[in-house]
Amino acid sequence: MSDRQTRLQTPLRRVRGFGSAKNGTHHWWMQRVTSIALLPLTLWFAFSIAARAGDRWEVMAEWIARPFNAVLLIVLIAVGFYHTASGLQVVVEDYIRPDRSVMAINMAIKAVLTLLGLLAALSVIRLAV
Amino acid sequence: MATFTLPKNSTVQPGKVFQAEAGATNVRSFKIYRFDPDSGENPRMDTYEIDLDKCGPMVLDALIKIKNEVDTTLTFRRSCREGICGSCSMNIDGLNTLACLKPIEDVTGEVRINPLPHMPVVKDLVPDLSHIYAQLTSIQPWLKSDTAPPPDGERLQSKEERAKLDGLWECILCFCCSTACPSYWWNGDRYLGPAVLLQAYRWIADSRDEATGDRLDQLQDPFRLYRCHTIMNCARTCPKGLNPAQAIGEIKMLLAEREG
Repeated sequence: MSDRQTRLQTPLRRVRGFGSAKNGTHHWWMQRVTSIALLPLTLWFAFSIAARAGDRWEVMAEWIARPFNAVLLIVLIAVGFYHTASGLQVVVEDYIRPDRSVMAINMAIKAVLTLLGLLAALSVIRLAV
Repeated sequence: MATFTLPKNSTVQPGKVFQAEAGATNVRSFKIYRFDPDSGENPRMDTYEIDLDKCGPMVLDALIKIKNEVDTTLTFRRSCREGICGSCSMNIDGLNTLACLKPIEDVTGEVRINPLPHMPVVKDLVPDLSHIYAQLTSIQPWLKSDTAPPPDGERLQSKEERAKLDGLWECILCFCCSTACPSYWWNGDRYLGPAVLLQAYRWIADSRDEATGDRLDQLQDPFRLYRCHTIMNCARTCPKGLNPAQAIGEIKMLLAEREG
């Protein structure tokens, strides 16, 4: 905000900038949708895991391998990582400058989270298939 | 990165103390932010002791008394003194409000007065509003219609359609809300802020306006609109009791509906 006092552009020129990006709605909507989906998924996951605390590996693996559990786990992984990525994107857009760093950091975050998500999903699939 | 601390030349120093006249019985201290760009000095907090028995009830009365009787260099905006012009918006006792509507009695202890937060300061309690006025201009806050009005009268609106403007038309553009919004502090260069977005919705919600789609196009932007994270400081601070966050929520829902 400070450099706006020294630059010679008119305030309206700076406010109009490059114009409207004509997006953001999908991102905002998906953040809401995924957060609502995560409510039951997280509760199911937390209670299921808590109920099996202390179980041996073979019992746990057998539980994960059941089709119903495996599908819900993969959905939880997909929705969870998607929600994390879109949430972190907002944090980066809020606090990071300049805009080109925002683009680079957001791409890096999405790359890392995609890899982690695939890794988690593949782990479930290996136990289940 | 966003800046979280004040630069060195903006650090606020202790200032002068103007003591109450002898014999004053009902004394209250007013700590007021002072900054003069021509002096080259840092801002400071001056203390004015005022006899409330010889002063009107509102914070603005005290400011006017100080300027008239104690220190003529104190600078602030004021006009209507009844909460309709929006000139005397400032941060009083930690909350943005209108000095003319804020009773001194509502503040316990010394009355701390600062300019609206996170705006460039012109002098003392006067912030530079040219950027936020340009943002208001950018949303074209006037009725836009390609259809000519009926030759024999005004553009008609049902009572229900008119009722949709309640809670919107009352805004006096004091900008207490925008300058209370952390999202506007960090991203005010691109985020339009609650006051301007409420104005934008005021015209989107107007049944006589024909430019709704264009208005939504202009707002559909990650920074202009979607920096609102429903922090709700805007609704909490509004001296007119309005809820800009709700208006912003309505815009977001309209955009989502438009996407289908």
